[in-house]
Amino acid sequence: MTGGERRGWPLWEVFVRARRGLSHLHVGSLHAPDAAMALRNARDVYTRRGEGVSIWVVPAAAITASSPDEKDPFFDPALDKIYRHPSFYDVPDGVSHL
Amino acid sequence: MTAPIAPTVTDTAALAGYLIGLGDDALVLSHRLAEWITRAPQLEEDIALANISLDLLGQARTLLAHAGEVEGRGRSEDDLAYLRSERELRNLQIVEIGNGDFAVTIARQLIFSAYQYELYAALLGSADERLAALAAKAVKEVAYHRDHAIAWTLRLGDGTALSHGRMQAALEATWPYVEEIFDPSDIADQLAALPGIAVDPATLRPAWTQCVRPVLTEATLTEPQPNRRSRGGRRGLHTEYLGHLLAEMQSLHRAHPGVSW
Repeated sequence: MTGGERRGWPLWEVFVRARRGLSHLHVGSLHAPDAAMALRNARDVYTRRGEGVSIWVVPAAAITASSPDEKDPFFDPALDKIYRHPSFYDVPDGVSHL
Repeated sequence: MTAPIAPTVTDTAALAGYLIGLGDDALVLSHRLAEWITRAPQLEEDIALANISLDLLGQARTLLAHAGEVEGRGRSEDDLAYLRSERELRNLQIVEIGNGDFAVTIARQLIFSAYQYELYAALLGSADERLAALAAKAVKEVAYHRDHAIAWTLRLGDGTALSHGRMQAALEATWPYVEEIFDPSDIADQLAALPGIAVDPATLRPAWTQCVRPVLTEATLTEPQPNRRSRGGRRGLHTEYLGHLLAEMQSLHRAHPGVSW
């Protein structure tokens, strides 16, 4: 297969749920001609050793990601807002799991 | 002294022979698919074919190890895999033919995995417990092999003009090996000796056709009507391809007997 045809296969992001009750976690990406083949490829590439019970594949193009350029306005303002952490409450004795 | 009458005396030679036939199918096809490694059209497909190859190798190991024990001549799975010559192998010819292009490999996978799925599904009820246990594990593996082959047949057949042409040519190249799969004549003695243990391949044909024919239709492909057919793999008669395959597969073991790593 030529490089041109290979570039024609879109990129897919793969999410695997390791066990019931856990969330799907991003494990990597792969190329595939369509969603059904992406799912099969993901099964072969990412769950060969019993890593999962469920797979999602998402076209990489469908993901809107935050830009590294926006890192400061996006995330820095949260760093000094310690009052957003629930650490200012007195926990009554005898409450073991809160 | 009265000798106890065994409820079922299994013909061990027949059972060993039957198991070797099935084991050789899996072994040889496993090697053929392994030949794709580093050569598949995509990294992802490389891994898919390698996974299928390894599934088949696992089935071959179980079948040949069981055959060696049943046979009682002290031959291990390695002895059977690596120390028999071409005429001693009992695989169907379809598994030994060259990989061809990707379409030929997919056509062979479609034909063989659809057959092997029905075979293992039928062997779930085998009176030989180890064979039934192997079938229970393998039927799930082969269900995926079949799914993989169907997915590619649909995409290549109903893809571009080029992929359609190559997929149709691949069917023409592989269909002459279909008849042999379902022909019980070469193993008639084994089938007669192993009621309830072995499966007559002719009985699997309707289900195979029911699986394959709609796939070809949906893929806009035409089922070939070959005017020649293969025969004799189960008797040790093979195509010119098998000798080369064995030379490569067995060379390490023959150069370094008993080698392991």
